[in-house]
Amino acid sequence: MSQLDIKDLHVSIGEKAIVKGLTLTVRSGEVHAIMGPNGTGKSTLAKAVAGHPSYTITSGDVLLDGRSILVMEPDERARAGLFLAFQYPSEIPGVSIANFLRAAVQARMGEGEELDAAAYYKRLYSKMDLLKMDRKFTSRAINDGFSGGEKKRCEILQMAMLEPKFALMDETDSGLDIDALRIVADGVNALRSTNLGVLMITHYQRLLGYIVPDHVHVMWDGRIVKSGDKSLALELEAKGYDWVKTELVPA
Amino acid sequence: MSQSPTTDTLPPTAGDAAANAVQGIDQAAGNFSYKMDYAFDAGTGLTEDTIRYISSVKKEAPWILEFRLNALKQFRAKPMPTHWATKDLENINFDKIRYYLAQGQKPKRTWDEVPDDIKKTFERLGIPEQERKFLAGVEAQFDSEAAYSNVKDLVAKQGVIFLNSSEALREHPDLFRKFFGKVIPTGDNKFSALNSAVFSGGSFIYVPKGVKVSHPLQAYFRINAENFGQFERTLIIADEGAELTYMEGCTAPKFSTSTLHSAVVELVALKGAKIQYITVQNWANNVFNLVTKRGVAHEEAEIKWIDCNIGSRLTMKYPGVVLKGRKARGEVISIALANDGQHQDTGAKMIHAADETTSNIVAKSISVGQGRSTYRGVVHIPKHLKGCKNNTECDALLINTNSRTDTYPAITVRGDANSVQHEASVSKVSEEQIFYMQQRGLTEGQAMSLSVNGFVNDLATQFPMEYSVELKRLIDLEMEGSVG
Repeated sequence: MSQLDIKDLHVSIGEKAIVKGLTLTVRSGEVHAIMGPNGTGKSTLAKAVAGHPSYTITSGDVLLDGRSILVMEPDERARAGLFLAFQYPSEIPGVSIANFLRAAVQARMGEGEELDAAAYYKRLYSKMDLLKMDRKFTSRAINDGFSGGEKKRCEILQMAMLEPKFALMDETDSGLDIDALRIVADGVNALRSTNLGVLMITHYQRLLGYIVPDHVHVMWDGRIVKSGDKSLALELEAKGYDWVKTELVPA
Repeated sequence: MSQSPTTDTLPPTAGDAAANAVQGIDQAAGNFSYKMDYAFDAGTGLTEDTIRYISSVKKEAPWILEFRLNALKQFRAKPMPTHWATKDLENINFDKIRYYLAQGQKPKRTWDEVPDDIKKTFERLGIPEQERKFLAGVEAQFDSEAAYSNVKDLVAKQGVIFLNSSEALREHPDLFRKFFGKVIPTGDNKFSALNSAVFSGGSFIYVPKGVKVSHPLQAYFRINAENFGQFERTLIIADEGAELTYMEGCTAPKFSTSTLHSAVVELVALKGAKIQYITVQNWANNVFNLVTKRGVAHEEAEIKWIDCNIGSRLTMKYPGVVLKGRKARGEVISIALANDGQHQDTGAKMIHAADETTSNIVAKSISVGQGRSTYRGVVHIPKHLKGCKNNTECDALLINTNSRTDTYPAITVRGDANSVQHEASVSKVSEEQIFYMQQRGLTEGQAMSLSVNGFVNDLATQFPMEYSVELKRLIDLEMEGSVG
């Protein structure tokens, strides 16, 4: 049982404050959704928690099982169990998915420990079967020339292989047609377990029809202005973001 | 200078390596030097006496001494090429360089006969297990002379001659003289003249008509004495229809004062022959590596240079192919990595001199930190030729904003019966890419190393397995030191 605590977090890009005092706790086994309009700080939150160097945390804290992760490098946070599924995954020309994941798995092993290649491929292929992926996929260079759907599936495959404690999923539904969305959602659902906490960031309600959250939070101007269960997402869908602006945001 | 073969030795000291002020590189990681006793030593500086001494120690025929003395004149007469090349060349102090050292041993034939000291060096070089097996077929140049060679016996059964250049001059003087200095004349450039004056070591290979050498011939080169320039001379002749792959790997100990490496490699591929020449080198940060490599491809012959340059203070190297016979093919595949304090000035030359000749150049460079990469290419197709083709691709990868890369392609194609394609690209390893990989648990150094390996991947796969492993290891080592 693990716990991710975001406490009164303030994040800036350069001089500009983006996240302005956000508090949220995610426990293993829970799926949280953060919804909100563009430019409200959702992606900034995810990247800041993962340790992106362009984002400055000006106050507040992020604790993983009670220990602050803010002093940790992005790769240390990753190895501690934090996974960010990117909205725009980077292309790494010439590096195959299989080799990349192999390096990432090796990075989690102790000094002097050697990765068992046969066991690694066995596990990789079983995860690909779980996600209904073609094995040829792993010999392609990471995200290089991938379609939007392929990029997102590649993120899910990495998540499956790295078995994080917490996954931050940044606009996983963006750029996907309905078929691709269903495939990706099936993948995430297949990975849902009591060992994994998920924080899903989305602009639209439609993703939440496929990945049903336990908790829904509405974000506005760098803060959470309302929290509830999955019915909040439907209410938001029905009433629109104007409702948030007029009803939920304190004047 | 010393006329006695036993005096004036200067064993290198490990302490000097720590004083090297080039930043960002782990100096200790590549410190391979240890005490050696040099049986022959020409002292420092370059005079006619130096050359007479070298020639007499090697018991050379008079024509070779004449050749050397003539080369010395040409070397002195030629100015430094600083009107187009870097002014850093002016920092080479020719008076402080040692032009000849040898161990005074006969080349060994079996692994058991190799002295423990030499085995220890291979150990220190960290040659992977996979490659140690390969050592059974390795010719290693230990300073000026080949210290170990047994693959020779194996290929001798096919009639192949594989000797060091001094042996070849003694045992096959006519064959040697027929081709020697013909592809790269003494006066080609200042450093080919220098090599021609003081050369020692290097390989001589002759592959008879129709013989296809089944496994690659190898040589390891290293420098192991302070201020000691290494001037090996390699001549490879593939007779009609013959095929050969030759590989050289270079690692050098790290010294505080500059060292000079100036080799000349000549290849001759007669009708229908194929030669592939592979280099993976990792010179210390203080080495000037100024090498002339060129081949002549006769009718339907093929010459391919695979050239990988890592390390050194300055490398200037432009492997070339003269496409002399109809339907000859030439190819240069080149990878250069310039880290802090390093300048890789590399490229290729393709001289088309017959109809229907084709050439291909793929050059990839990586510049890290203050590192600087320069590509210089020459493609020449004269007007009277028909059906010639050239393809040139240059890709540069920059690893931070201080890096510098320049491309100077000189493509002269006349006549409309020929075709050329030229593509160039410059890309950067972005902060987003590094963050993406770090987010998967890789350190910044591992992330950079992976992107560099990815960038060269399509070329690295053309290397024989053990060399692509070595290349990856060298890139990892370079990138680890470049972060932080």
